[in-house]
Amino acid sequence: MTLRPDLALVAGLIPAGSRVLDLGCGSGELLASLMAQKRCRGTGVEIDPDSVLAAIAAGVPVIELDLDAELEEFANHSYDVVVLSRTVQTLHRPVDVLNHMGRIGDRLIVSVPNFGYWRHRLRLLRGRMPMSREIPHAWYDTPNLRHTTLVELEELFASLGLRIEQRIVLSPAGVPLRGGDRLYNVVGGSAVYVLHTNGG
Amino acid sequence: MVERLPADSVGLVRTQTVRLFTAEEPLHLELGGTLGPIDVAYETYGSLSPAADNAVFICHALTGDAHAAGFHEGAKRPGWWDNLIGPGKPLDTNRFFVISANLIGGCQGSTGPSSINPATDAAYGLDFPLLMMRDLVAVHRALVKHLGITRLLAALGGSLGGMQVLQWALDHPDEIANALVIAASSRLTAQNIGFSAVARRAIMTDRNFAEGDYAAAGVNPDTGLAIARMMAHITYLSEDALTEKFGRQPHPNRHHPGFGIDFAVESYLDHQGQAFLERFDALSYLYLTRVMDYFDPFADPDALTAVSADPVTWLVLSFATDWRFGTDHSRRIVRKLEQAGQPVTFREIPSTWGHDSFLLPVEPYHATLRAFFDRSLREVRA
Repeated sequence: MTLRPDLALVAGLIPAGSRVLDLGCGSGELLASLMAQKRCRGTGVEIDPDSVLAAIAAGVPVIELDLDAELEEFANHSYDVVVLSRTVQTLHRPVDVLNHMGRIGDRLIVSVPNFGYWRHRLRLLRGRMPMSREIPHAWYDTPNLRHTTLVELEELFASLGLRIEQRIVLSPAGVPLRGGDRLYNVVGGSAVYVLHTNGG
Repeated sequence: MVERLPADSVGLVRTQTVRLFTAEEPLHLELGGTLGPIDVAYETYGSLSPAADNAVFICHALTGDAHAAGFHEGAKRPGWWDNLIGPGKPLDTNRFFVISANLIGGCQGSTGPSSINPATDAAYGLDFPLLMMRDLVAVHRALVKHLGITRLLAALGGSLGGMQVLQWALDHPDEIANALVIAASSRLTAQNIGFSAVARRAIMTDRNFAEGDYAAAGVNPDTGLAIARMMAHITYLSEDALTEKFGRQPHPNRHHPGFGIDFAVESYLDHQGQAFLERFDALSYLYLTRVMDYFDPFADPDALTAVSADPVTWLVLSFATDWRFGTDHSRRIVRKLEQAGQPVTFREIPSTWGHDSFLLPVEPYHATLRAFFDRSLREVRA
């Protein structure tokens, strides 16, 4: 089974043998791959019933709970890596979730679509809400509640004491862009961040 | 007898009995002392594979028995977990070998407090030793060994059954690959113990309890045992389930208000209490509820040592409307296991039927069990 390209990128950022908590794990693809290929152990967290069932069938340990309200179930420093993959924009309480992530693990991986991508800006200038491959939903049926650009997300990380160790900006096609592009907030369709808590 | 057995039934089954401990080689009990002889009633469904890698052990709850699936000769109703076990069902007997045993301390074929004590030729009564969860597990283990199985693919139980699975997998992770703990608890609350205390008081203050020697006296504490069951039954259903079933419907025979059976729910509970007398023993009720009261495996600081070295794959399930052992109880088990690095899966299943849900074919519940069992068999054969 080949991993979805964005998940393959995340998997590549996780050291072999890590204990991984995958928040919003879907059907458990990432963890299944990490367990099979990189001797990782871990737990997925998911709230969609069909996805939970698929994760169970895939042999991925999965705990059904609400990220926004129930992350206190996990102990301090109990995982090496905590992943939040394309989920932060759907949360009611992203600040609480990021704080919990920093409490539970030392290394965090957060991926997020960039609402500041230039085509999104252009659509907005034309008087329409952003839509693209990264943000494929119409405004009335989108799961996305939080619309952030990369620059503003990074300001939030800083205010929460989360240090950016690595920023990988992706084109809308999911191809990593050349590092250090100063226009990343304009040309990036999405980004993957590796974060450390300031203590870590 | 049903005219034709359903195609997804395991068919006609018989309960077997085996002597697992003798007076000479008794079971050494958790609280000290010994018990022997010990007979155990059990049933099996499906076939053990040549590699003996497909065995699933069912641990029953407080008032269950060995007859989990299929039909006894002449019976109209199948075993108590027939909706789960059979060809094509989540525990597919075309693929899994299922073992179901009656608990010791019980009263449906296995040695319990109303069995004859060979030392006195009379029923044990209150001379029967107090049992702990580990004693129940020790007897299950002896049965598994007797059947020639060294490692179970899975052990599965709801309520008190889940507690046995938890104790067993914590103590002997090498013997269980997958542990399914459903609507169970790792530590009863004061409310839980309180309900059990009232049930026991109802039994023990019945005049016919006769200090536990009711069998010798030729009587039975029917009133106390029926009251215990009526009260317990309320805790097994959610308030919504009782409302849906009965609401405030009057009993058909109600003509004017009085102190008889005026409401339909009263008639239902009365029936539950009376039907229970046919199949359950008052002393077993005392002994097995006490097993639950004292169950607290994580109080042992070494509780997770064995399983940390040899992880078990866990499935913990609760039901949204269960107020006997609700989601908080299951979450505590999940926290303990997850924090010890165990691969643990947890779901809270939506169901209106309260604690009883674990016995019912609730769709997302059975879908979860099916996915988990299918994966476990695939994994062991990979």
